[in-house]
Amino acid sequence: MIVAEGLSKSYLGRRAIDGVSFTIAEGEIVGLLGLNGAGKSTILKILGCFLLPSSGRATVGGYSVDTNPQAIRRLIGYLPDVPPLYDEMTVDSYLTYVAKLKNVDHKSVASSVGIVKDKANLNEVGLARISELSHGFRQRVGIAQALVHNPKVIILDEPINGLDPVQIVEMRDLILSLRGQHTVVLSSHILSEITRTCDRVLVVDHGRLVAEGSEASLQSKMFESMRLSLDVTTVPNGLAERLRAISGVSAVNYIPGQGGERFSLDTTGDVRAQVAKVAVDAGAGLLGLSRGEAGLEGLFMKLIKPVEERAHG
Amino acid sequence: MGKCLLVAGRELRAYFSTWMGYVICAAALFIEGLLFNAYAVGNQPKVSADVLADYFYFASGMTMVAGVFLAMRLLAEEKQNGTLVLFYTSPISERQIVYGKFLSALCFSLIIQLLSLYMPGLVFMVGKVSLGHLAAGYLMLTLLGACAISISLFASAISPNQLVAGVTGALFLVTFLILWMVADVVSPPLKELFGYLAIHNRHFVPFAQGIVHTRDVIYYGSVVVFFLECSVRALEARRWQG
Repeated sequence: MIVAEGLSKSYLGRRAIDGVSFTIAEGEIVGLLGLNGAGKSTILKILGCFLLPSSGRATVGGYSVDTNPQAIRRLIGYLPDVPPLYDEMTVDSYLTYVAKLKNVDHKSVASSVGIVKDKANLNEVGLARISELSHGFRQRVGIAQALVHNPKVIILDEPINGLDPVQIVEMRDLILSLRGQHTVVLSSHILSEITRTCDRVLVVDHGRLVAEGSEASLQSKMFESMRLSLDVTTVPNGLAERLRAISGVSAVNYIPGQGGERFSLDTTGDVRAQVAKVAVDAGAGLLGLSRGEAGLEGLFMKLIKPVEERAHG
Repeated sequence: MGKCLLVAGRELRAYFSTWMGYVICAAALFIEGLLFNAYAVGNQPKVSADVLADYFYFASGMTMVAGVFLAMRLLAEEKQNGTLVLFYTSPISERQIVYGKFLSALCFSLIIQLLSLYMPGLVFMVGKVSLGHLAAGYLMLTLLGACAISISLFASAISPNQLVAGVTGALFLVTFLILWMVADVVSPPLKELFGYLAIHNRHFVPFAQGIVHTRDVIYYGSVVVFFLECSVRALEARRWQG
């Protein structure tokens, strides 16, 4: 559905993105993950035909963003980082206006607006002026305008930005409800959101795509070394030495604690089964065995670290 | 055309749902009223046709000022509020956006003119002027207003915010206004060129006297189309800039 090949964009000589290539299949939910200023919004703006690339090629639904933006605009719904709202309009009149702007059939405008208001939980504020809405509601109206014409491709730039925890859960459910019917590309710097809502992650750093894949596949690819935390009730004599003797364990650190003892193990590959067996055989009273790094967060830091080092090196 | 009218309708409603439209309308009518009483009617006896010509002279100035104020927000405000992205990600052309915006400001300008109709109406009722004179004067106000709006709309397309758009629009308009002065001090062929390009002097006078020349209508129409097309190009260029 979406293909990007060697996309680059420069602003006054500064490269915002540099040679970004990826493919997104129909029905996928893909997340662009990166720090602020990494180039996520620039990629989304190019896909949304808001911006032309300096070089490279991008197609959405088989249409080129360079030569056929009007065809792409019929396919996409776009929510920028700041929702494009007219404060003086009511929610109903705004969504009706956007529906007409997006070529919704005249007879279907009212029903399309009704459906999207249901989806975005906007029924209670239909007659309210947009200027009177809270940030959360404004974001929901922004989502609603992106969905009102039932587009094939939905592009969401930081959709949960500034939302409270309840609103985040609602937004997450809304995005998940789009799975299968729409191709969704969203950006976020909040790692847990990407993990929960996306089938696949594209990690962007300093304008470059540094990794792509599911969280699990990225971890298996990138985490050649893994830090394990081993929690036990007691520490039998020689446990540290026996752990260190496991093939793949490079370092063992003992961390005394209250109501339990902890070992931190630096490993190469997944040796959790062997570690558990050694702890049980030694009679240590196994309480838990977990990865020391926090999933995607650890992965993300690891992915961008080489680039940071390059920048400072 | 449908999208053009859709944009125009929303913009026109925006004038009425904010203070901006009412303030511009009230200010224009108030100042026109003052000038009508103080100068067009005045204390000295005048023939009705002269009163009407003087009224159109002052009203033309107010129409141009109102045009700048009406149009300066049209695109600059969208840029300021981040709503321009809605157009760029919707199936609507830059031309439809620009012409829709222009149409809304022109309609609002016509509403102001309609509300000012009581002043020449008084001259018509108590004096001796022809309907043709009245119609020619209002055609001139419409064309001049359209010119001011298109010039200010272009300024709005190239400016980052409303204030800069207003100043830039006024600058362009004043330049076009005073070209006749420049024409007086330069040699041919620039003399003829500047004289022809001046927006008010040569093209305005016949209208105010109740005479409509096709060449003047073509001139004003050309200025409008030129600046509207410049605005279209400016919007198209934004896709390169971001």
